[in-house]
Amino acid sequence: MLLPGLIYYIVFKYIPMYGVIIAFKDFNMMDGIWSSPWASPWNKHFLTFFHSPYFSQLLTNTFLISVYKLLFGMIPPIAMALLLNECRIRWFRSLIQTLTYMPHFLSWVIIYGILLALLSQSSGLLNQWLKDAGGTAVPFLTSTSYFRSILVGSEIWQNLGWGAIIYLAAIAGIDPTLYEAARVDGAGRLRMIWHITLPGIRTVVIMLLILNLGHILDAGFEQIYIMYNIQVYAVADILDTWVFRTGLQQLNFSLASAVGLFKAAIGLVLVLGSNKLARRWGEGIW
Amino acid sequence: MVKSTNDRIANAVVFIILLVCGLVAVFPLLYVLSVSLTPFSEVLKNGGFILVPRSITFDAYHKLLMESNIPRAFGVTVLVTVIGTILNMVITALMAYPLSRKQLPGRNLFLMMVVFTLLFSGGIIPTYLVVKSIGLLDSIWAMILPNLVWSFNVLIMKSFYESLPEELFESARIDGAKEFRILLQIVAPLSVPVTLTIGLFYMVGHWNEFFQAIMYVTDRTLFPLQVVVREILIQTQQPLENADNMTPSETLQMASVILASLPIIMVYPFLQKHFTKGMLLGSVKG
Repeated sequence: MLLPGLIYYIVFKYIPMYGVIIAFKDFNMMDGIWSSPWASPWNKHFLTFFHSPYFSQLLTNTFLISVYKLLFGMIPPIAMALLLNECRIRWFRSLIQTLTYMPHFLSWVIIYGILLALLSQSSGLLNQWLKDAGGTAVPFLTSTSYFRSILVGSEIWQNLGWGAIIYLAAIAGIDPTLYEAARVDGAGRLRMIWHITLPGIRTVVIMLLILNLGHILDAGFEQIYIMYNIQVYAVADILDTWVFRTGLQQLNFSLASAVGLFKAAIGLVLVLGSNKLARRWGEGIW
Repeated sequence: MVKSTNDRIANAVVFIILLVCGLVAVFPLLYVLSVSLTPFSEVLKNGGFILVPRSITFDAYHKLLMESNIPRAFGVTVLVTVIGTILNMVITALMAYPLSRKQLPGRNLFLMMVVFTLLFSGGIIPTYLVVKSIGLLDSIWAMILPNLVWSFNVLIMKSFYESLPEELFESARIDGAKEFRILLQIVAPLSVPVTLTIGLFYMVGHWNEFFQAIMYVTDRTLFPLQVVVREILIQTQQPLENADNMTPSETLQMASVILASLPIIMVYPFLQKHFTKGMLLGSVKG
């Protein structure tokens, strides 16, 4: 029964892991993975990358975009969950939930289209407003000063409602007698949020935060690849997009694999490390 | 219980903020829809802000359906989604069921194999080389097979199967049922909710597929919807092959966005409940 699945895992997951050895070789298509000559020195491609001007730029971009998404992306869903929880009108609550979950299912291509409609320099809604108000059009999508905000903003828009689900679940798990006791003691709604609801979801918040730390080098390939353009490479190019261009468009397989391996290795360390941290915190809190 | 004024104000504030969130979630899409239906000259004249179009034209849709790659791409995407989702489900269930049974020899090893792929991967270049070497490039299988199983979904299904009472399996075995039969006739009917949820996740994934298509497919006739729409979005000057068209580009662009998101938006209200359930299943048990 396991056989088809195992074959899948071996072919598409484990053979590529073996394939990373091309990061240590001077790979060429003719000879294939096994017969391509070893690079000399063995870490040649890594050195090339470390010494290239891309290195610090890519790392900074990847790191910054991730951290911004983490910092600004976590609070809105928590606030959303609190608000939904406080909402007493059932039909309205489920209506808002339905509406705010929806963007989660739209692809990044669609979201990029929406951004174009709102922000494009020639006919975007925002720029029309600016022009009507006597200002000049701003090239939001091709300007280095706005690009990261747009990335983070569109991600928040996409995930606002969906991200709230897990916090709502955590809130639902809070013992209702706590609220009754607080009400008897004369606590208002804000006090109850502050002293019962927020501490009640604290473990979930910290757990998610730490788990997200493990993926800090991911930054969201598809979103960036779809939205970026040559004018904003300086602030938008991340490890994954660079690997994609170098490997598949310039056919520099070994160098691209080396960078991919570098990223995967650091990612592994971060995931394992943050998992350990999560466990320690999980015990430390309660 | 008497409602205090304070409480009423709080309710009103919550109501208003949630209303704003809901509007923020739907407004961009409504705007895109309206742009796609409005003659471009009108869009510019009205300062862009037209939620209810003053004059409606279906020119853009007509043009897209008659003269662009959209209908073909639609077909490719439907094909990939249908074949892909069915295969995904079958293989995921075949993977999850044995892994959920304690008596499977080597269970921990197989589990490790699955979980490890969540932590580490060979990266995009080695994966590309595998796909290339087994001759999948430029076929619809390149958009299906490399992502045949999502490890996370295997884990969700496995934990659901584990929650079924053990006596069920024992009695089936005593009645002489083999494992395949148990899975088909006993486990499958009991796990409709989880199967549906995961199936929907796979389905949306296929519908929004972009990454694998740009990696593995260069044959334009096999481009899926998302890729074609992005091409239309980034070609600002001449949207389609024939340059003499009269429909200006933004109307066309937004029409393509609507066409690509329509199926998701139409089925979304019916699926939303299942998604939420599935998400909770994954977060609580995963």
